[in-house]
Amino acid sequence: MLEFNPQLIVFFLFAILTLGGALGVVTNRNLIHGAIYLIISLFGGAGLFVLLSAPFLAAVQVLVYIGAIAILIIFAVMLTRSMTSMRELYNRQWWASAVAAVLLFGMLVLGVIGPVWVTNEETSQPVSDLVATTQDLGVALVDGNQYVLPFEIASLLLTAAMIGAIVIAREDD
Amino acid sequence: MEAQCINTLETLAPCLVRGGMDPGLAQFLSIAAGVLIVSGLPLLLVIIFIWVERKIAARVQDRLGPNRVGPFGILQNIADAVKLIIKEDITPAGADRLIYTAAPIVAMLSVILIWSVVPFTPIHIGADLDIGVVYVVAIGSVGTLAIMMAGWSSNNKYALLGAFRVVAALVSYEVPMIVALLIPLMLAGTMSMQGIVEAQQGMWFVISAPIAALIFYISNMAETGRAPFDLIEAESELVAGYNIEYSGMKFGLFMASEFLHSFTVNLLFAVIFLGGWSGPFVHQVPVLGVVYLGIKSIIPYIFTIVFRSTVPRVRIDQMMAFNWKFLVPVSIVNVLLVAFVLKVVQELGLSPSPENVHDFAANLPQTAILLVTNLLMGLVTINILRNAGRRERIADQNRALRGAERDSAIVPTAIS
Amino acid sequence: MTVVNEWAFIGVSMAVAWIFPALPLVVSWIFRPRRPNAIKMATYECGVETVGDTWVQFKVQYYLNGLVFLVFDVELIFLFPWAIAYSQLDFFAFGAGLLFIFLLTDALIYAWKKNALEWQ
Repeated sequence: MLEFNPQLIVFFLFAILTLGGALGVVTNRNLIHGAIYLIISLFGGAGLFVLLSAPFLAAVQVLVYIGAIAILIIFAVMLTRSMTSMRELYNRQWWASAVAAVLLFGMLVLGVIGPVWVTNEETSQPVSDLVATTQDLGVALVDGNQYVLPFEIASLLLTAAMIGAIVIAREDD
Repeated sequence: MEAQCINTLETLAPCLVRGGMDPGLAQFLSIAAGVLIVSGLPLLLVIIFIWVERKIAARVQDRLGPNRVGPFGILQNIADAVKLIIKEDITPAGADRLIYTAAPIVAMLSVILIWSVVPFTPIHIGADLDIGVVYVVAIGSVGTLAIMMAGWSSNNKYALLGAFRVVAALVSYEVPMIVALLIPLMLAGTMSMQGIVEAQQGMWFVISAPIAALIFYISNMAETGRAPFDLIEAESELVAGYNIEYSGMKFGLFMASEFLHSFTVNLLFAVIFLGGWSGPFVHQVPVLGVVYLGIKSIIPYIFTIVFRSTVPRVRIDQMMAFNWKFLVPVSIVNVLLVAFVLKVVQELGLSPSPENVHDFAANLPQTAILLVTNLLMGLVTINILRNAGRRERIADQNRALRGAERDSAIVPTAIS
Repeated sequence: MTVVNEWAFIGVSMAVAWIFPALPLVVSWIFRPRRPNAIKMATYECGVETVGDTWVQFKVQYYLNGLVFLVFDVELIFLFPWAIAYSQLDFFAFGAGLLFIFLLTDALIYAWKKNALEWQ
């Protein structure tokens, strides 16, 4: 059974922040308010990362998503004309996105939560053995036998993303 | 036993438990006491910082500065705070009330939270996170958000334009700052603030990485909106920038957070590059660490103030060009160079082993090599700049000459 | 202190960091006068009445600058773990980091050549 402890309270607090923020994003007519709700939701996600003993990812979540992507979203909102007050909350494709959302949720449940839930008994090692430090991450990222290829591809992908963005966003030559 | 209980905060929780309190509650109380000290301290200190800044700026400009309220005018800011509190607070029509009120609080919060991870002495630190440096950078980026919220919610064109311009500049200056931070991280091998100070027991990083220190200092000056990068309140163009509609205590919070941020980044500079609390006898008498840290952060802080009151403001395009075309390339080259030299030094076995990292002599070879590398790189950079400047000047002269010839050819016909 | 305690400290700090700046606002709310009128509440614009909507369309320049920053930000995040594990790495790992930074520089040079870094 679930044990009542401070960590559980904090978990529910962050879960409410994440879900409530997400709900605010999709139900708000003002895009800037939507961006603020998104920030709240992302902050809740950062808190969940901390609870999962992944503080580096939590800090990255705040730095990249709140510090950069949220700012970018606000810039993007101001690029569009009169988008600060949308009149329609739904458009004609709402049912398609609803189906996609349900399918994605089902996939997450089956693919991620399911196996963890089922095999919970077997993998109940002490947590301290499983926790990797940020230093381990650094070693693994550039180790020839581990993730060096994805590491370089990530850099290439980001470079390509930037070049693509510049090509599209530039007004003239 | 009893005396120990009163003296240090670390023993607070065990003491309370011994006194018969529930361990969980005791733990919470000791954390709460620490938080109140670490978050309350900056709010009290900011009153002194504003006084110091006004006094020094006044002296630079041959004025007296505040000198009426209290000895040397030191109570002037308390009087100002009282004035701000009893001022009428105007929320402009059409403003987004909730975001408008939250913005100054977020601005202040983003500065206060940095103090939670600053190591004051070898044993006194709010929270020694193993990702301390990323935490600091991440919290700093929340401050940018406060400016955006203030500018957008005011329903004022100056405020919105000012906020957009400033946010674009602030996020850009985050890039060289993060790149420069990579070098102390490489040297220390940890992101914990306490760990970075520990790694500087033998040698301060400002000596082994002067270029990174300089880039960090400059980009922090831009991050806090200090002259020459004070486009945040370019009064000749934007009247006051993003906080134009703010009045009363809400404006006061913005102002206080700006002054406090200016000191806080120098505190971080002292921790990351100037060895933080390290100094003689600090391990015997930990309280000395606060004194050393204070002195080390006040010296760069005074430089910041003097810069602020002596240099003119740059234009936004100059500020952006300086960042993307100078600071970012220089910092990237610096990281590559230092990384390469450091690896060679490590492979040759010249770097200090983990056991004698606190020993001054063991650090000398590595530091000397890195220092020479940095100086050489600095010389090359200055030469490249000089040549580029010369080319530009010659091009300007040629253009002026051609223009003069054309004018002299035209003038007679024009007269006739 | 344990890791949990460190983060508990940060959590409590975050709550307190909201309360401390809010306190002077609350005190001010109690003591300050309230005499609003239409002129006082009007949007400031150097003495003339403001025309049109404040939330106008902005130039693409801001977005582009934010985008360049975002790409750099994400790339630099990858370099943090690399930097703190640096003394444990061999020359191969150093080369991997080097290649990563070179690709980053590539993006910067491209943006520079295409004048995406010019502020108009």
